[in-house]
Amino acid sequence: MNKQTAAPATSGEPVAASAITLIEAITQALAWEMHNDDSVVVLGEDVGVNGGVFRATAGLQQRFGPERVLDTPLDETTIAGLTVGMAAMGMKPVAEAQFDGFMYPMVDHIVCHAVRFRTRTRGRLTCPMVLRVPWGGGIRAPEHHSEANEAIFTNVPGLRVVMPSSPARAYGLLLAAIRDPDPVIYFEPKRIYRQYKELVPDDGEALPLDVCYVLRDGSDVTLVTWGAQVKESLEAAEVLAKDGISAEVIDVATLKPYDFDTIAESVAKTGRCVIVHEAPRTAGFGAEIAARLAEESIYDLLAPIQRVTGYDTHIPLFRLEMKYLPSVDKIVAAAKRTLAAS
Amino acid sequence: MTIAATFEIEYLQYLDQNGEPTQTMPTGFDASGLVPWFKQMLFLRTFDNKAVALQRTGKLGTYAPCLGHEATQVGIGAAMRPEDVFAPSYREFGTQFARGVQPREVLMYWGGDERGSDFAGPRHDFPWSVPISTQCLHAAGAALAFKLRKQPRVAVTCCGDGGSSKTDTYAAINSAGAYTLPFVQCIINNGWAISVPRKAQTGAQTLAQKGIAGGLYSLQVDGNDLIAVLEGMRRAMERARSGEGASVIEFLTYRLHDHTTADDARRYRGEDEVKSAWQRDPIPRLRSYLGAQNLWSDAQEKDWIADCGERVDQEINAYLESKPQPIESMFDYLYAELPPDLLTQRAEAIAGESRS
Repeated sequence: MNKQTAAPATSGEPVAASAITLIEAITQALAWEMHNDDSVVVLGEDVGVNGGVFRATAGLQQRFGPERVLDTPLDETTIAGLTVGMAAMGMKPVAEAQFDGFMYPMVDHIVCHAVRFRTRTRGRLTCPMVLRVPWGGGIRAPEHHSEANEAIFTNVPGLRVVMPSSPARAYGLLLAAIRDPDPVIYFEPKRIYRQYKELVPDDGEALPLDVCYVLRDGSDVTLVTWGAQVKESLEAAEVLAKDGISAEVIDVATLKPYDFDTIAESVAKTGRCVIVHEAPRTAGFGAEIAARLAEESIYDLLAPIQRVTGYDTHIPLFRLEMKYLPSVDKIVAAAKRTLAAS
Repeated sequence: MTIAATFEIEYLQYLDQNGEPTQTMPTGFDASGLVPWFKQMLFLRTFDNKAVALQRTGKLGTYAPCLGHEATQVGIGAAMRPEDVFAPSYREFGTQFARGVQPREVLMYWGGDERGSDFAGPRHDFPWSVPISTQCLHAAGAALAFKLRKQPRVAVTCCGDGGSSKTDTYAAINSAGAYTLPFVQCIINNGWAISVPRKAQTGAQTLAQKGIAGGLYSLQVDGNDLIAVLEGMRRAMERARSGEGASVIEFLTYRLHDHTTADDARRYRGEDEVKSAWQRDPIPRLRSYLGAQNLWSDAQEKDWIADCGERVDQEINAYLESKPQPIESMFDYLYAELPPDLLTQRAEAIAGESRS
């Protein structure tokens, strides 16, 4: 028997940390919150009997029943519209968009309604929903399965855009997203779903939203990143350390609304900034961070800001996709450019 | 030949356009019960005329008149219970009045102020939904929530004949069938989607039959006959409440006015068609029927219309006398708790106000 189809061990009581992958942390967070809050329901394509195409909802329907874990008709518009309607009636739906490239039909309901109900009705109706989206490239998938489209959503008022980069943050940030009273898009970097395990206590403790996580202290250059590129950035910091360069690594984690102060404080210390993301460069979220640094931190900068990003092209099919994505080498080279410039 | 499936669509009408009964009235029918709803239809027409006049004098924003839709809109509202949920498009003021939305709230929202959607009456009803038919899926989602929570409530939504072409209407019908939801999809076929006539929307014989594809109870109703509207809705609501599932009702009516006050229908439709549609006006036919039953008189109508005028004027005054919201209101309902960056922008906005 495939052990991933077994019901998750979560009892709703805190249990000691076990080493789990990022996707297991997502399942664990869903199970915790469903156990403790009857208003949480999971819906999406293949999330029920099948446990999700990535197995994020594995075992949840067996444990909580078909009225808490709903397979939907195969239509993204349906998923988004039902989710908005359920949330407006006080439930906390956690919907799954099966892949990033399939979420575009959902945009109407997110942009026109989910993020506006509170504003439109002066707080009478709200939309406490989470849309989980497997995100990004690097898994040798077909076209439309590898999109880094977060910047489409970071310009949308009233939305939260969250992206974890480790099993522990996946667990804590998903709990926070479900408990948040406003709509959240929770992008899951699918390339690192099973990349490594770490100890994640199943204690129901949420992590704070709207804050950056400083993952490594450094004094020469600040690497600002999110999602799957966090691991590459940490590895780049190791490489740089061998050359005597001290890199600070910041995981932005919540892109909307984002914690600029932590980035500014770091840049005030290091004087140099490299922004790393896999989405296309122009008007990517890195552009927002760079613009803000130019507005508020320009006198702290010792060198031009560098961006290591995808090209302004479509992510290629998988024979070439790793050449599109930021790499440790590219990040190291960009960091060295900032040092050479000052 | 083997037939895999067949369908038929029942058409429901009790009063012809002269107010003459066309068949035996529905079981349990009580003509006197129509009077309060007829009065609401008259109130709605008074409101609608005054709202258009208000827009023409620059005191209201773009407004979508409901002239001619009175029987459909009021009848839908009359069939619902307070605990049910209504998800309107942007025209169903008659249904909303029947549910306790205040005329001043309608004027407030269409006069450019979000407070109009903070209904004092039906607190859980959805606000106006301008993107076509998106509200249909929200109602289906609400119905799904009621079903999962085992609440005896029904979600009712409306779209137009044009809206019935939209993905969201099909999706709502499909999911309501798949989950057997307590849901009623009203398709208000008023003949025109701005400038595009009903026949250009679809090759389907009826819009009601779109429900057949989703496995729903599907019915076509004379939407200018209040008795037919009430009976159609009664059937749909009973089915929904008893767990039998969802329905689609196509209401045949006519948009006697322009699409909105920003539109001029003379550009695309002929006078003759409109003249003939006035012959099917829902108000004279019901007046005639109620008069024949000795339930309504000209004198009563004169007094009631005067009352309606006064009440609408009071509502208009309440709207016109209201002050715009302070500038910070654009921030204050964005998130449950305003993030720090937005607190800064909010302070900037307030500071900008005091400078100007």
